[in-house]
Amino acid sequence: MLVAVMALLVCCALLTALSGIPGLYLRAGGGRAAAWLMGAGALAGLAAAALVLAGAGPAAQVLSHTPLGSPGYLRLDPIGAFFLVPVAVLPACGAVFGVGYWGEGHEGARTLRLLYGLTTGFLVVLVAAAHALTFLLAWEGMAVAGFVLVMAEDRDPATRRAGWVYLAATHTGTLCLFAAFGLAAGPGGLFGAGAGGFLFTPAAPGLAATSRGALTFLLFLVGFGFKAGIFPLHFWLPPAHGAAPSHVSSIMSGVVIKMGILGLVRLVALVPDPPLWWGALLVVLGALSGLLGVAFALAQHDLKRLLAYHSIENIGIILLGLGLGTLGKASGHPVLALLGFAGALLHVLNHSLFKGLLFLGAGSVVHATGSRDLERLGGLGHTMPFTAAAFLAGSWAICGLPPLNGFVSEWLIYLAAFQGLAFLHPGWSVLALAALAMIGALAAACFAKVYGVVFQGRARSPEAARAAEVSLAMRAPMGVLACACIGLGAAPLLVAPALARAAAALAGTSEPLALGGIAHLWVLSALALPLAALAVLLWAWSRRRGAHTTGQPTWDCGYAADCPRAQYTASSFADSLVGSLRYVLWPRERRPKLRALFPGPRGYRSHVPDPVLERAAEPGFDLAARGLGVLRFLQGGHLALYLLYILVTLVVLFLWMVA
Amino acid sequence: MLTDLLIALIVLTNFAMAVTSRINKAIQTAVVQGVLLGLLPLAMGLGRHPHILLMVASTVAVKGWLIPHLFRRATRRLKTPREVSPIGGFTASLVMCAVGTGLAVLLAGNLPLAPGSRLTLFVPASLSTLLTGFILLIFRRKALTQVVGYLVLENGVYLFGLMLVEEMPLLVEAGILLDLFVGIFIMGIVINHITAAFDSMDTRHLAELKD
Amino acid sequence: MCEPALARIPQVLVHVLTALLLPPLLPGLINKVKALVAGRQGPPVLQLYYDLAKLARKQAVISRATTWVFLAGPAAVAAAALVASLLVPFGHAPAPVHFEGDMILFAYLFGLARFATVLAALDTGSSFEGMGAAREVTFSVLAEPALFLGFAALAKVSGSLSLSGMLALGGPSLFRATGPLILVLAGWITVYLAENARIPVDDPNTHLELTMIHEVMVLDHSGRPLALALYGASLKLLVLGALIVGPLLPRTGRPWADWAAFYGAMALLAAGVGVVECITARLRLNRVPQFLVAGLLATAFAFFLLQA
Repeated sequence: MLVAVMALLVCCALLTALSGIPGLYLRAGGGRAAAWLMGAGALAGLAAAALVLAGAGPAAQVLSHTPLGSPGYLRLDPIGAFFLVPVAVLPACGAVFGVGYWGEGHEGARTLRLLYGLTTGFLVVLVAAAHALTFLLAWEGMAVAGFVLVMAEDRDPATRRAGWVYLAATHTGTLCLFAAFGLAAGPGGLFGAGAGGFLFTPAAPGLAATSRGALTFLLFLVGFGFKAGIFPLHFWLPPAHGAAPSHVSSIMSGVVIKMGILGLVRLVALVPDPPLWWGALLVVLGALSGLLGVAFALAQHDLKRLLAYHSIENIGIILLGLGLGTLGKASGHPVLALLGFAGALLHVLNHSLFKGLLFLGAGSVVHATGSRDLERLGGLGHTMPFTAAAFLAGSWAICGLPPLNGFVSEWLIYLAAFQGLAFLHPGWSVLALAALAMIGALAAACFAKVYGVVFQGRARSPEAARAAEVSLAMRAPMGVLACACIGLGAAPLLVAPALARAAAALAGTSEPLALGGIAHLWVLSALALPLAALAVLLWAWSRRRGAHTTGQPTWDCGYAADCPRAQYTASSFADSLVGSLRYVLWPRERRPKLRALFPGPRGYRSHVPDPVLERAAEPGFDLAARGLGVLRFLQGGHLALYLLYILVTLVVLFLWMVA
Repeated sequence: MLTDLLIALIVLTNFAMAVTSRINKAIQTAVVQGVLLGLLPLAMGLGRHPHILLMVASTVAVKGWLIPHLFRRATRRLKTPREVSPIGGFTASLVMCAVGTGLAVLLAGNLPLAPGSRLTLFVPASLSTLLTGFILLIFRRKALTQVVGYLVLENGVYLFGLMLVEEMPLLVEAGILLDLFVGIFIMGIVINHITAAFDSMDTRHLAELKD
Repeated sequence: MCEPALARIPQVLVHVLTALLLPPLLPGLINKVKALVAGRQGPPVLQLYYDLAKLARKQAVISRATTWVFLAGPAAVAAAALVASLLVPFGHAPAPVHFEGDMILFAYLFGLARFATVLAALDTGSSFEGMGAAREVTFSVLAEPALFLGFAALAKVSGSLSLSGMLALGGPSLFRATGPLILVLAGWITVYLAENARIPVDDPNTHLELTMIHEVMVLDHSGRPLALALYGASLKLLVLGALIVGPLLPRTGRPWADWAAFYGAMALLAAGVGVVECITARLRLNRVPQFLVAGLLATAFAFFLLQA
């Protein structure tokens, strides 16, 4: 059984990694071949994950030869299996989407397909890595392949800049990870002394409370935080996810940033007695990322940047759950730990499903209209009804509204917060509750804006009016993901045992608790049915077929000169909230000055720059560059001078070695 | 005995290249040095190993024929074969070369190497060749002479490697040869571009590229 | 959990019937009180019932800018409000469906209703509806945390994580926690007024575009969809009002007395809203967030008082 699991895992990794290779040789149909191979790999991965989550036990494999010279260790345990599910599903959906979205006509389609597959292969290895070097190899591979994917349209200078920022951020994070793994190895380090200290073995009690343990935790937090997009290390996310092709953005937001969470989850799982401040720090960072992410998302008018900021918000929600679970583990309350961890893990899965769906929907919109700007879209619900329905399902899920899957994971985290009222210092619970409530309301505001401005009303520009529904290859993955969202929301009991097993691995308990009973998941399913039934019945009653007068213009209080430009724009919709939050967002506005009695055409522009990137990091680096400019004199421009530097260094070294 | 003779000749060629003012003479001297180096393993009495015979043959072929061929191609289109005086003058180059050789002989004994009776001259000779190569690279102004300096540099590294020629895999020696070949090839291309851009081989013009 | 004990069936029946039939009475009561305070006769108390019946017979006019979301919105609102009414206790009897954490589902069902209303409004492509929708979502950002902090405070006082446990205070626990309880109720009253679009947050009688919030979102609805929207709004009055009157009801042993007390308390609440509408003016729109923040602070402070 374990051999079968490992075989399926290796199959999955190989099939997905090599899925782009047929496309290099085929003249046409490379996209279809890649999609088939990715689909097959996805099925293998899902089968492996299902077997492990059903209780088959962790499957391990030692690879004696890796390019790094040290052996590699793969181990698929319940946590890895749970993360394997989005890793398997989302890239396969993206590959199918890519058949229609980034066909042979696009430049670099073959490179994109090849690296798409490679990224997925690295991701599969990453979720099963059980040794620091294997982990880092897969991590670096995923990061570099992701960089090439982001730079797919490198003719655009904004894309090049986004790719550069992404590369710098991910390598800074990897540097911190190297330091952290180094600290964790060896006697006194968190991982103990197995296989040279790099094997992921549970730590001995008491090590986490030392200063070395604390430093290791902080380094891991920074390193994984760069990848996950925790505020203030999130600044590379919006440009990179906005510039990449949409099916690349969907796996980056859906899966790649979750690998940062995977790292944190593995760390928490391996430490049996985390100090309380670890959980508290995670809760605070989660609240910060969540609130700031959604606040900045509200102010965006670029569809994909907006979705990228929402990824930051959802990472914040995941961290809230993880923090509450860690607080429960630290204070010895198994129910709290179970609820917090289960909520965080389920939100990982849910977010990958609905964020992947939203990015694919955004890709369809961009493909059909050629524009990402919200102010130029509108009325697409008439011309693209399937995309509109799928996007609505995704928006509904991301706002955490019942009965879809987003609500179930937020429900678990809310329950954890309420449990914490009794057991913990109530400050953390109150922070989590207030943050979650506000995040939910802000997210609903933001997605009402997005759906309303893009799909409802009338078209605001000729491109939007000309849009047509996208091809089947692009609709099918959206349909699959939407059905998954609805299914998970209506029947969360199906995943409850698997979730409980993974959460038990996190909490360090050997026997998984009955999540379905503790969290009353069956009541949610039971109430979803009358809700849906009532809504459908009432809708049918109000339709009263044939008895309505349709095709009339909007009454709008009797306004006669109706035109699409008079509709509420995205900026107007978000204006009052952005105004209330102006001391957080610091928007830059250019308001028109109307002086004369009959002013001519004027424009209004507003922009919210990212606080960390455009207000702190870039000015900081400029200052450093100017300061270090005093050393310019070393660059004399003469070739002979540079060679002289080398000779002098060699002679000095020689003399030092000899003397 | 024969080994010491060859090594002394190699060091003499270093001095010859340091003072010559003609590019053709420099190239010819470098070729001679290369062939001498190529034949050195035979003089060391290692001819019985087949892989060393292969190495000798390939080194002589590359350094004796292929590299001069590349140089001829590069100089075919050039006008003046005469070198302008190096930075500091010919005398300074010669003095630096001599001082360097002397220091190498003095201090070579302090290097943490395994003691071997017949290899005592290798280290100073290789260091001296290395230094000569650097002097040619740094203080000469014409690009072609700098390429010759690079060639001499690689010769110095090769000479050092000959100390371990029995133990080292063939791959390393072949790697050095390949490095040399590719380097000269690329530099030929670069010289063409420099000449085309500045109508002269004087590398002082390259300083205009500084921002 | 849902205990299918035979004794609960009459309770559940009365609960469901109340939820179905009582709501349209409340706006009628409010308007009657307003009229009487202003010295007028006012419309009959049962006016909304007549209106709903009339609207159910009428044809609707549907704009060509809308999609299926336009009709689905009011249906979703009414359905969500009906399901939420099953979760909240009317009086002291536990709700038909109660389980740990049901207050979270309760709050999010209203979130769903709000989302559906906003999308139905934006579907028309009109700037008036867009305005109302924007204001609606802005005010909900401050109302939601107040609701949840109130739940946290009541959970701490009652030790129960279910609405039926939290609101069935009364007796000794009520006197122990009077101060925090009053603060929580004050906070929840601001949320009540905001969610139901009463003065001082919104004026249900105005039809000027600069001042409308809820009225404007149903501007283009007519006929049966409008009936559903009005019914859903009145159901929200009932269900959210039950949150407020719950902790204040005296605990008698007899179920019929409890029900009578509940009806009386709801009537008093409606009358109170009517009186407030008469004596206060609507706040300027940029003052409304301050009003809601005051409510949020009240609930937060209540929670921290409980810690001391």
